[in-house]
Amino acid sequence: MNWTNPNEFFAMGGYATYVWGSVGVTVLVLYAECLFLLKRRKTALAHVKRDAALGAEDSK
Amino acid sequence: MPWFAAAAFCLTVAGLYVGFFMAPTDAQQGDGYRIIFLHVPVSWMSMFIYVVMAFWAAVGLIFNSRLSAMMASALAPTGAMFAFLSLWTGALWGKPMWGTWWVWDARLTSELILLFLYMGFMALQSAIDDQRRADKAGAVLALVGVVNIPVIYFSVQWWNTLHQGASVSLTQAPSMATIMLIGMLLMALAAWMYTIAVALMRVRCIILEREYRTAWVNDLKEIRQ
Repeated sequence: MNWTNPNEFFAMGGYATYVWGSVGVTVLVLYAECLFLLKRRKTALAHVKRDAALGAEDSK
Repeated sequence: MPWFAAAAFCLTVAGLYVGFFMAPTDAQQGDGYRIIFLHVPVSWMSMFIYVVMAFWAAVGLIFNSRLSAMMASALAPTGAMFAFLSLWTGALWGKPMWGTWWVWDARLTSELILLFLYMGFMALQSAIDDQRRADKAGAVLALVGVVNIPVIYFSVQWWNTLHQGASVSLTQAPSMATIMLIGMLLMALAAWMYTIAVALMRVRCIILEREYRTAWVNDLKEIRQ
């Protein structure tokens, strides 16, 4: 184990800005991509449903 | 697909644990080198995704199959994201180690071109209304751009670059400690799993968007309930 206490871990030997800046932005971007995808899927499903409902009405 | 997502999550946890807790501090770069556990996997991935995207684009162009074109479009945003992350983590690594965020070095410049290729591919596809033509135009762009991949990969050998040479290659023993290598490979595998999960998820959205009038889409259980 490299770290004797949490402070040392978060300090990253003086490179905290760079290391945590990389980790933070990576996590943020990946999370955002997943959120956008889920939203896109919801919108697409709603669109298909609406279209299908309209089609069913027309054929009556 | 949930399996790939779960695998990506587990591998990331394992990779970060190895990278941030087990791997020792680097003799030259201190703890700043730990950016490697993100930088190398995302950079590899940004190149792999482009090759896979160009492959699907070629299949779509040759056989005129719709799904391959959709696969290519599904990969582009994730590839662009990884290219951006590669440049971002690279900048944050370059600042403390080289003293600069950015240099017009062959490796860095060709990776920037890769990001622009991804963005150009997406812009071109969304700019053309006719879907089939958009797919074809995008495929041609993707195929032309694939020459950039070997340029990125070999740039550190062909030119005198500030960027260091490859630490891991197929022909030689890797020039790094085993535990660091394990951490990096775990993260690379996690990036693969993540990409597969996200690309499949996105291609499902694209299918729903494009094929919404077909009977089989209307019969999906997500639609009927």
